[in-house]
Amino acid sequence: MSVGPILEACRAEGRAALIGYLPVGFPSVEGSIEAMKVLVDNGVDIVEIGVPYSDPVMDGPVIQDAAVRALEAGVHLGDIFSATRAVSDAGAGALVMTYWNPVLRYGVDRFAGDLAAAGGAGLITPDLIPDEAGDWTAAADANDLDKVFLVAPSSTPERLTKVTAACRGFVYATAVMGVTGARASVGEAAADLVARTRAATDLPVCVGVGVSTGDQAAEVGRYADGVIVGSALVRCLTEAPTPQEGLEALGALARELAEGVRRGRA
Amino acid sequence: MTQPSTTSSGVPAYGRFGGFGGRYVPEALIPALEQLEEVWRKAVVDPEFVGELERLQRTYTGRPSIITEVPRFAEHCGGARVILKREDLNHTGSHKINNVLGQALLTKRMGKTRVIAETGAGQHGVATATAAALLGLECVVYMGRKDTERQALNVARMRLLGATVVPVDNGSKTLKDAVNEAFRDWVANVATTHYVLGTVTGPHPFPEMVRDFHRVIGVEARQQVLDLVGRLPDAVLACVGGGSNAIGIFHRFIDDRSVRLIGFEAGGEGVASGRHAARFSAGQPGVLHGAFTYVMQDVDGQTVESHSVSAGLDYPSVGPEHAHLLESGRAEYRPVTDEEAMEAFSLLSRTEGILPAIESAHALAGAMKVGRELGPDAVLLVNLSGRGDKDVHTAAAWFGLIDEDGGTVLPATSEAADGATDDDGATGTGVQL
Ligand SMILES: Cc1ncc(COP(=O)(O)O)c(C=O)c1O
Repeated sequence: MSVGPILEACRAEGRAALIGYLPVGFPSVEGSIEAMKVLVDNGVDIVEIGVPYSDPVMDGPVIQDAAVRALEAGVHLGDIFSATRAVSDAGAGALVMTYWNPVLRYGVDRFAGDLAAAGGAGLITPDLIPDEAGDWTAAADANDLDKVFLVAPSSTPERLTKVTAACRGFVYATAVMGVTGARASVGEAAADLVARTRAATDLPVCVGVGVSTGDQAAEVGRYADGVIVGSALVRCLTEAPTPQEGLEALGALARELAEGVRRGRA
Repeated sequence: MTQPSTTSSGVPAYGRFGGFGGRYVPEALIPALEQLEEVWRKAVVDPEFVGELERLQRTYTGRPSIITEVPRFAEHCGGARVILKREDLNHTGSHKINNVLGQALLTKRMGKTRVIAETGAGQHGVATATAAALLGLECVVYMGRKDTERQALNVARMRLLGATVVPVDNGSKTLKDAVNEAFRDWVANVATTHYVLGTVTGPHPFPEMVRDFHRVIGVEARQQVLDLVGRLPDAVLACVGGGSNAIGIFHRFIDDRSVRLIGFEAGGEGVASGRHAARFSAGQPGVLHGAFTYVMQDVDGQTVESHSVSAGLDYPSVGPEHAHLLESGRAEYRPVTDEEAMEAFSLLSRTEGILPAIESAHALAGAMKVGRELGPDAVLLVNLSGRGDKDVHTAAAWFGLIDEDGGTVLPATSEAADGATDDDGATGTGVQL
């Protein structure tokens, strides 16, 4: 089931969608699923379910640290499907974000089939470009899944055309040149990139990398179809003295961000 | 595997060797890779670039590197003739400079002012720092914390050359993690920065471009062996970390079907121990650092940490062209343990007066085995990819010449040195003072 209808519903409400990232398995598989439900209960429209990976070249220290701890705690790729089922049952869109090798090892067709069976909407693939995605495209199409590829401030018009043509669901615009992590300001590159991406496609364009506060969500939500928040949410969990306090901080930040996307175009 | 090896027209897929290679990187880097490929392809047919690179190879690196026949060492290789290609004599002490000078000149052509590099043994970092000093570029080198400790001398060398060395504390704290950090830096600074990748891995065009910069090794060596022996060697041997020195010496011989191409990976404490870097013995096809190739990984596709006494071979993945050479049957790859490599290290030092890099010692250990298999009529060409100066500390600790604090361990009395008269050093690891 595509996240397309969710983004359309948000658009009809006159606001950007709120998309929240958390890795599966931190602090435990159950703990991460509980945290994802907290996101949904506090206004997150789509959960980006992260697959912890040993070599996350697109990620900054916060997400790297959570991934390492999740792997040390024994998370397995199969746990992704439990999280997907839980998020989907909670009524939010369930998109899995994964580096490519875990999927390749699992088997691309098998992964797509199991993801669809768990109620997953599709995949965000930070290190897979459409040029290399022949197998994934075929498997996604066969299983009615979204394919979310990334565009960046460095993308040329030719690349924007090629990448957006391969996407289904939405296009992921990385706001800054750099790895994931909260930043003091999201920067002008994001608005410019969204405008250039819109010139290439009618698909929704969502902005990620760097957003951490309600004010930033409001600002980005003015021009983007969705606001993606990762490290700031993860940090609520990694820095909390107890898991309970982590969930409370997470809920509070999700509410602030949800309020931000609603205020953006008001 | 499911990766396409050829397009429907039978032409190899873009940027691939058979089914291996490709470009598995964040979209943000694609324009930089496209620019690099364009500038590189133009440069290698531009007489000005070719002339400048050749001039630097001749007057700076010291090319052509010589070959040396090593008869006393060869006595331990079944009597086969053993000929070393002396990349250890290059400026900065290894083959790495061949690639770095090429990429540094390309950096200038792209109008970039900053280079970054990953390094394991430190040789690639030293070569990059050197080229940066020569051409006036800013240089940052990422190095796993563990490698900064076992290659401390090279850390100092890089800093003396004006480079900034950034220790990496993530993951296994070795080469793989240094590559991750270099990619993260590159994504953030790609407008001004070129990533001087140090081996034949990574996204296209790196494996092909780095190979071509090292191809000179085999081109020279093939002619030198013909001049010396009057025929081609029976086998060409090299150690394989990422695979740059190996592909550099192999490539010119690929069409010489009578010549066996044999690569030696780090077998660490033995493939069965799990503590090794034998990607072809114990890895599976997968993606790491931008390429589809052989990767040491678990059932979930998580990279497994590698282990080797040699920092330069301690890497869980390998260049995609080697994966192709293996699958096509053109080359063979075998593991060599730490123990075997250190024995060969000691043997070459004591029989020939040449201290090899521990990486290169893996190829020497391979020559000891292959020579015994092929017998006295065989001619073996071995790539001596680097010199052992950087490894003196590791080797001295291995052989018990220094204690844990680096203090010299000397015999208590003069009689204790009596055993040191052993004629040819054939006692293997039994190094005496
Ligand atoms: C002397 C020497 N040989 C070999 C290697 C391994 O690299 P490659 O397999 O790319 O030649 C290194 C890497 O640091 C090295 O320093």
